[in-house]
Amino acid sequence: MLTRIKAIAKKEVRQLKRDKRMLYVLFVFPILLLVIFGYAINFDVHHIKLVVYDQDKSFDSRSFINTLTSSDYFDLVGYINNENKIKNILDTKKAQCVIVFPKDMSKDLYSRKNVDVQILIDGVDANTASIIVSYMNIATASYSQKFQSKVFAAMGRKSYIPIDVRPAFWFNPDLNSTFFLIPGLIAMILIITAVVSISLSIVREKERGTIEQINVSPLSSFELLIGKTIPYIIISLIIAAFILIAGYILFGITIKGNIILLFFSTLLFIFASLNLGIFVSSIANTQQVAFQIATLVSMLPSVLLSGFVFPIESMPPVVQFFTNITPAKFFLIILRGILLKGVGISAFWQQLVYLLVFSVLLLGIASIINKKSKVA
Amino acid sequence: MNSIEVNKLTKKFGSFTAVNGISFNVKEGEIFGFLGANGAGKSTAIRMLCGILEPTSGDALVGGFSVMKQPDKVKTRIGYMSQKFSLYNDLTVEENINFFGGVYGLYNNKLKERKKWVLKVANLEGKESLLTASLPGGIKQRLALSIAVIHEPKIVFLDEPTGGVDPISRRNFWDLINDLSQSGVTVFVTTHYLDEAEFCNSITLINAGNIIASGSSKELKRKYLTNTILEVECEKVVDALDILSKEKWVDETSIFGNYIHVSVKNEDEGRRMINKVLKDDNSINILRIDKIVPTLEDVFIYLLEKDRK
Repeated sequence: MLTRIKAIAKKEVRQLKRDKRMLYVLFVFPILLLVIFGYAINFDVHHIKLVVYDQDKSFDSRSFINTLTSSDYFDLVGYINNENKIKNILDTKKAQCVIVFPKDMSKDLYSRKNVDVQILIDGVDANTASIIVSYMNIATASYSQKFQSKVFAAMGRKSYIPIDVRPAFWFNPDLNSTFFLIPGLIAMILIITAVVSISLSIVREKERGTIEQINVSPLSSFELLIGKTIPYIIISLIIAAFILIAGYILFGITIKGNIILLFFSTLLFIFASLNLGIFVSSIANTQQVAFQIATLVSMLPSVLLSGFVFPIESMPPVVQFFTNITPAKFFLIILRGILLKGVGISAFWQQLVYLLVFSVLLLGIASIINKKSKVA
Repeated sequence: MNSIEVNKLTKKFGSFTAVNGISFNVKEGEIFGFLGANGAGKSTAIRMLCGILEPTSGDALVGGFSVMKQPDKVKTRIGYMSQKFSLYNDLTVEENINFFGGVYGLYNNKLKERKKWVLKVANLEGKESLLTASLPGGIKQRLALSIAVIHEPKIVFLDEPTGGVDPISRRNFWDLINDLSQSGVTVFVTTHYLDEAEFCNSITLINAGNIIASGSSKELKRKYLTNTILEVECEKVVDALDILSKEKWVDETSIFGNYIHVSVKNEDEGRRMINKVLKDDNSINILRIDKIVPTLEDVFIYLLEKDRK
């Protein structure tokens, strides 16, 4: 049995070495995805273009603007002197945000009157708009506070803050969305390469008729599948290591948790993905069909349903139920746990069990379908 | 001693019966020709005998094992080569040998010894590192056959092994089959080429899932062709064929290249009548009429026609 499995595994590696197209899918494609997703998809809002309509032109209005532009959240792109220009500026996207200081702002401030500062935001991108609002709120609050203590001090009194909110973001202190995305990216890349590579490798044998020669040999389908799976497990592990190293170099991702735990859960996820690929190969008869089904079942769910980009908690209940079809969802929880939080197995043993059940289930279905198609 | 014993073997696909309760025996060491048109049930039968297709009913003993109950045991006893070239084109000659050797559980010295043998038989000594895709068809076929028997099975199934191969390679290939048979291997072969069937010790003809004749080439000719076959060379071959096939005294007509084969009960009577209907009634020029030794092709056309009626 070992001789036979070894023969299959060796053959698979040799064929792979001569298959330029597959080597490209396995080794170039992951880097491409990593770079594209890592750099292009970024939910952080920086460098918001700001235009100022300053009717006061006082020290205080300028110092308020300075507070905003001293961080890299806001870039001052210009001043206007006419209310009618605001619409045009937002329409043409010259600015995402316009701030309007009223006349006599400085005077009112010192006479302890309330001052209304108007902020106009381009609300087309709702997500960015709400982030701008919260930035503005924080900036305004801190400016008001500073101003208040200055006024109190001038009056010879000490100011105090009743409740001081000081948020601290654990696991991702800078709220860097790349950190949040990389684990999902690893899961996605691994599942795509695993499903595509093994399904094509099996379907190719069907297409070329070489499976016939294997069917008449004493080789059992279990031996065939194990022999075919082993090389791809090793290759997928190499790809995973590769992405982690690239993630560290390009984006500064480090592994906070146990690396051995990471290794074994990745192994289990790869195994689940390969079984998904074996399932695909059992329902496809040509490489073209197999490739299409493989990308469909691996890419779409791992992007849309895994929680990689869109949080599962905010999906409607029905969709939430369907997120369970992709093992990427579960691996993602494990990966974020190990990479970002450094948690141990007690935090995600359920996910590991799910991956195991998923693998066995798919392998079972695939071998039933295979047996049937052999008879026909 | 029989190495294959087939007993009422049947395969149904839904309501379609591909193989309809066939029974026959194959003696040890003989070359057994299994003949039939496309779709006659040849491949279905061979797949059942190899243990990759489960029979609907009936059974067969292949190398002493039941294809119904012990298909896995059957698989270790047989070699198989299909009509499609089923080696890996993207592996080298040696890698193919290593792979199939490994699949049949050969390793170390045994594998080395058999590898040498395969390379010698396929005339590929010193060309181990050539990609299989780059080999000419005839050589590929020899390589496929020698790899099919790498584990020294006592029975080998060849499913249309010479499809798409040139005549000289075909002849060489049959020499190889003869060598195998001489060394005691039972060869079960299907083919389209009736000249190849003449090389078989025993022939069985299958049509629409039923066996319609079996025996040696000589026996079949003697048994089924009591008629005389006259070969007619004439002008307007197509018209002549049409005219002759409508005559009552003609049993069979068929076209062989530019000639017409006419099957008649009596040679002299036949010659006279052919001259009469073609030359006298229809003024078609006859160049020659010869009595010929019937070929297997004549036998099969006769048998298939009879079966159709």
